[in-house]
Amino acid sequence: MNELPLKGIVVLEFSQYLSGPSAGLRLADLGARVIKIERPGTGEAGRKLAIKDLWVDDNSLLFHTINRNKESFTANLKSAEDLAIIKKLIAKADVLIHNFRPEVMGKNGLDYTTVQQINPRIVYAEISGYGKKGPWKDKPGQDLLLQSVSGLAYTTGNGSNGPVPFGISIGDIIAGSQLVQGILGALIRRSKNGKGALIEVSMLESLLDFQFELLTTYFTTHQQPKRSVIANGQPLLGAPYGIYDTADGHIAIAMMDIHVLADTIGCDEIKQFSKTETFSKRDEIKTILAAHLHKQSTNYWIEHLHDAGLWAMNVLNWEEMTNEDAYQSLQMEQTIKAGDKEIITTRCPIRIDGKRIVNERPAPQLGEQDEKIRRELGVVN
Amino acid sequence: MKLLEDILVIDFSQFLSGPSASLRLADMGAEVIKVERPGTGDICRELYVSDVMIEGESTIFHAINRNKKSYTADLKNPDDLFKIKQLIAKADVVMHNFRPGVMERIGLDYESVKEINPGIIYAEVTGYGSEGEWKDLPGQDLLLQSASGLTWLSNNNNENPTPMGVAVVDILAGTHVAQGILAALYRKIEHGEGALIQVSMFESILDFQFEVLTCYYNDGRQLPVRGAVNSAHAYIAAPYGLYKTKDSYIALAMTNIPTLAELLQCEPLKQFSNSDDWYCKRDEIKKTLAEHLKTEPIAKWLGILEKADIWCAPVLNYDDLVKEEGYRLLEMELKVKTSNGVTVTTTRCPIRVDGELLLSEKGAPMLGEHNEEIEKQFGINNKVENTSR
Repeated sequence: MNELPLKGIVVLEFSQYLSGPSAGLRLADLGARVIKIERPGTGEAGRKLAIKDLWVDDNSLLFHTINRNKESFTANLKSAEDLAIIKKLIAKADVLIHNFRPEVMGKNGLDYTTVQQINPRIVYAEISGYGKKGPWKDKPGQDLLLQSVSGLAYTTGNGSNGPVPFGISIGDIIAGSQLVQGILGALIRRSKNGKGALIEVSMLESLLDFQFELLTTYFTTHQQPKRSVIANGQPLLGAPYGIYDTADGHIAIAMMDIHVLADTIGCDEIKQFSKTETFSKRDEIKTILAAHLHKQSTNYWIEHLHDAGLWAMNVLNWEEMTNEDAYQSLQMEQTIKAGDKEIITTRCPIRIDGKRIVNERPAPQLGEQDEKIRRELGVVN
Repeated sequence: MKLLEDILVIDFSQFLSGPSASLRLADMGAEVIKVERPGTGDICRELYVSDVMIEGESTIFHAINRNKKSYTADLKNPDDLFKIKQLIAKADVVMHNFRPGVMERIGLDYESVKEINPGIIYAEVTGYGSEGEWKDLPGQDLLLQSASGLTWLSNNNNENPTPMGVAVVDILAGTHVAQGILAALYRKIEHGEGALIQVSMFESILDFQFEVLTCYYNDGRQLPVRGAVNSAHAYIAAPYGLYKTKDSYIALAMTNIPTLAELLQCEPLKQFSNSDDWYCKRDEIKKTLAEHLKTEPIAKWLGILEKADIWCAPVLNYDDLVKEEGYRLLEMELKVKTSNGVTVTTTRCPIRVDGELLLSEKGAPMLGEHNEEIEKQFGINNKVENTSR
């Protein structure tokens, strides 16, 4: 069997919370050895950040979710002795990731120039909130705030709502993903020319890239994208694109010929609109459609729409979804063993050579690999 | 040297998921050849959104396909297929986002392509994977958001399930397939072997929810409940949310409530001094806060909160955003030119390499624009009887 692609790669993760650690997690999934460098005593702040007050041990379930399959090495970067050990570790590493605010790594003597002198082959990768210059550079790189500043909150919800943010930390996750791409690209180049790289990503640039379709349209028209007043799916798209009430739940309807739709669901009123009016008159069309779809059950409509080859889907919650054969056949859940506890989480979404990537190794306890790594470096306590 | 210099990608995909991945590979220096059906090409060329067109094509097609070449081939025509196979023989990466079974019927499934080019990295994006009852359903963004539970996480609880207003499933599947391709390219250069990389939009949108799904799997499977007012995240305590002020909206992230009450001089907020209540009484707290914040303009609130290092920000739309120095200094806008002289402003790659921006002025290709050039460049033969591969 082929090895995981990043086998042999050593990643040092000086990161906290989600953006940097989610990048480290993906690299670990792909086969890299990821070592979290943490402050003695407290460790990464994410260890104490819980949602729904769920804890596995001294660490939150959230921390275990994001940091499974990694190692932990504690070092006080303000101590000369510890810093010397970190530098030895850097000399052996392939990748360094951090998501501190600009200047923090420099203050610790671990800026790119210094690190590059220690190890010219290193790929030094960093995530900031807003980039490294300008009036916003020292603002906290926090997801909701970045969603708000980047215009994203005006893409979601109906035109009658105020701004509606995404209920998932998209800014962190998308910046983490972009960083992984940059790191992997740099490793490919290093294999050819032997040289490391500096890879920089900011959450703001990543969120702007994420909105590239909307922004390119905006640059062309100079018109603010408008959410439809009802059933907004995506501001750029016309009727019927959106989610509607039915007699017993909800239904999602994607792009389609509105006249075929009218025939399929028996809603002649829609036929007064021409196909070129699906954007300009989308609120009128959607209003008629909403009243009509309310008359029958979701399954009734789905059956008719799918028979006609139209793009529609049930709107499921997780309970309904996890009962579906389509979900179960993915085998997206994996079990992790943390001490005497078992945690169920999701696996890496990428399959390689037809195989799912799973690994039951938990997140490390703070400093769990201190001794092992010191031994590897030949450092005596 | 560019990160992906000398890497050749043959991209059969259309719409957004696959093409957004090959766009990133192109940004990083790969040569991307978009294989399209003669006459119509990528369906996205004609997907007019918002009634906006550039040169008769949709703006989004130009955004997604800049810096690529277009090669037209009818994959059902043996002569065209013969040429495509010669191209594949020179490629590092082949990618597609057809439904399961389509590439098999054409004869360009992984096994067949591996015979032509054993070191190939073959990458595919599907909607729901290639097994299970939904495998033949269309891999469409809104429908995947709806099937995956995602729509129950955004907006207030009294609102309908709310999709995210950007094609988040396509884009995440694109980043995941790009990650798989890049990792496989690294392995190929180090060890010489090719790879099959598979991503489904369904798995990608589950991965996106990994924090909250893991919570669901381990808390006795309790469904998320969105807040009643100012909801920004179903799992995060007050004050996390967006609030209307006298003139515009302000965002407040995680903050200590008594500190906030003190700074904003909001008396009724002071009763919520116990941090255990900030989640379970989030609606009450947010209502109290919302009443108070709408009494004064945003500038006043930002002035107070920013000075105290409270995590807050104005909620901007694009008109506001593009005027900000913090935006302009990023130089995120990129002008590209198509071969017939049309200029399109779009966004650049968000990754900086060695302190440099990754920029290319090349616009999206006309349909089949590079057929001749590509055939010459790669020495593609016309007739099946020609033996040189």
